[in-house]
Amino acid sequence: MRRGLTPINLTALTLGFAFLYVPIFLLIIYSFNESKLVTVWAGFSTKWYGEMARDDALIAAALMTLKVALLSSTVATVLGTLAGVLLARFGRFRGRTLFSGMIYAPLVMPEVITGLALLLMFVAMGLARGYFTVMIAHATFAMAYVAVVVQSRLATMDRSVEEAALDLGCPPFKTFLVITLPIIAPAVIAGWLLAFTLSLDDLVIASFTTGPGSTTLPMKIYSQVRLGVTPEINAISTILVGIVTIGVVAASLVNRRAALRRERDERLAFAKT
Amino acid sequence: MASGPTTRRTFEPWDDPKSKPILRVSSVSKSYGSVTAVDQLSLDIHRGEFFALLGPSGCGKTTLLRMLAGFERPDTGRIELDGVDMTAVPPYRRPVNMMFQSYALFPHMSVEGNIAFGLKQEGLPAREIKTRVAEALALVQLPDYGRRKPHQLSGGQRQRVALARSLVKRPKMLLLDEPLAALDRKLREETQFELMTIQEQVGITFVIVTHDQDEAMTMASRIAVMDRGRIAQVAPPTEIYEQPNSRYVADFIGSVNLFEGNYVGGDGAPTMRCAEAGCDLSLAQPLLVAPGHRLWVAIRPEKLEISREPPPPGTLNCLSGVVWDIGYLGDFSTYRVKLDSGKIVSAAEANRMRLTERTISWEDRVYLRWVPQAAVALLS
Repeated sequence: MRRGLTPINLTALTLGFAFLYVPIFLLIIYSFNESKLVTVWAGFSTKWYGEMARDDALIAAALMTLKVALLSSTVATVLGTLAGVLLARFGRFRGRTLFSGMIYAPLVMPEVITGLALLLMFVAMGLARGYFTVMIAHATFAMAYVAVVVQSRLATMDRSVEEAALDLGCPPFKTFLVITLPIIAPAVIAGWLLAFTLSLDDLVIASFTTGPGSTTLPMKIYSQVRLGVTPEINAISTILVGIVTIGVVAASLVNRRAALRRERDERLAFAKT
Repeated sequence: MASGPTTRRTFEPWDDPKSKPILRVSSVSKSYGSVTAVDQLSLDIHRGEFFALLGPSGCGKTTLLRMLAGFERPDTGRIELDGVDMTAVPPYRRPVNMMFQSYALFPHMSVEGNIAFGLKQEGLPAREIKTRVAEALALVQLPDYGRRKPHQLSGGQRQRVALARSLVKRPKMLLLDEPLAALDRKLREETQFELMTIQEQVGITFVIVTHDQDEAMTMASRIAVMDRGRIAQVAPPTEIYEQPNSRYVADFIGSVNLFEGNYVGGDGAPTMRCAEAGCDLSLAQPLLVAPGHRLWVAIRPEKLEISREPPPPGTLNCLSGVVWDIGYLGDFSTYRVKLDSGKIVSAAEANRMRLTERTISWEDRVYLRWVPQAAVALLS
């Protein structure tokens, strides 16, 4: 079979990517529009970026979103790593199937339901809703993603490396810190980046669990759009797209580099015996 | 090391009633679900031994080794090291180190870091760690490799680093899990002798798990042949080979011809009635069993004498058959001879001359004979 770009798969590729990315490119292009009307092009300008920077409410929302994303992804990474280690390392304990099922559930649970359930819980606990509750909600669902990433890395890691550390007199928890964690670090970092981006662009769960005065950026954008789209929204959206893209690309690069290095080490191991 | 071979020949602490074993395993069992990996196993290992656990995969040898290291807890029984009960002691508190089959080097640490790791856990001063790491690297002949990372080493070098790492803590006992399995044949043979030399230098008791009988025969002072979670026989290599205690051991180590029959008592000349052989076979010694008892005679191929000339009448243990197949191995030729009863018997003959023309060929009628002392009578 001929590989490479035939006219047919070139068309398929173009159409597919156009379908995915034309709307986003339009948004980015219109963020540099001079006109106040979003749909009418009136020349290039960066004035809406300046406008955006002077919008205190928008900046506050952006900072709030960043704070929530940083905190929640860190909490999710710690908890998700622990869950991943538990699933990958502790064999068949009682309730393992239930536990692993419950870890994966948030991945497929409709966000509306997760959001509603969290809201009900926060109300029942009498927690004042604000950035703290949003942070907890984001940590809850992002943790599942981290657990999956970490668990799959641990599954391919040679267990006897940890046993060797124990054998040489290193107690279990220290072994985890000085041996296991450095080896799985790329997966943990990738998990953190994933959690960070998930938190950054979440609208549904945040709107369920937030309270007055704590508006995240996606919520702010959504509410402004309902009053009419301004080029200012395009500008902030462009920045958001940029951050998310960087996050996702970084996560996959970190993972890919680690996989490549691992592959190279293994190849060397077998080649040079 | 001029006295090396002599001391080794007389090294038999297991026969000395005053010698206290360094390791005492008493009726240890371990099951996984319904599978019994180790079954009521007892074993004594003495200080300075090079002890091999030999058996096919799934015989429980690795499980036993992992229980000695502390990675598995026995269901029942007791493991004592140097008089101290180790049964419930976790691996990081046992004065025992292990060399893993995969070597299990820490990929994110240099060779020095790997070797120093165990010493750091003991909290030794940095200077002492440094000298001991250097000593260990010299011992395995890798003095200039300390700065390298494991992935910058060849398989043989990694194996040495793993050995240095497990020896540097000077454990009371070193456990080796198939240490040579990942090396190619040539390197493996060299490393076997090197391991023996290192063991003599450091004087640490080695317990090695292997499925390779040549490896066990070459290196070990004693071999335990394992079968389904039990020990079939523990003995020095020569005894395992020349005096196996069962058909299982005889068959597992090397190749063997087995004849089944019934004991015929006799004061001076004990024999076995054997339908497969087509005649009565003489035994070297009388057995303490009733006449008619079922037994087996095991005879190694190289102990059979093969000839085209019929022996003089009255020769003991003489079988006749036709050559069915010839295997030329370079140093040896193996003849597979079909007896008149249909049984196939192997006979091996060293090729002392350069082989230009075979004196024995396919379809030839040949005669096989052996002296009774060359065979072993087995009751199980």
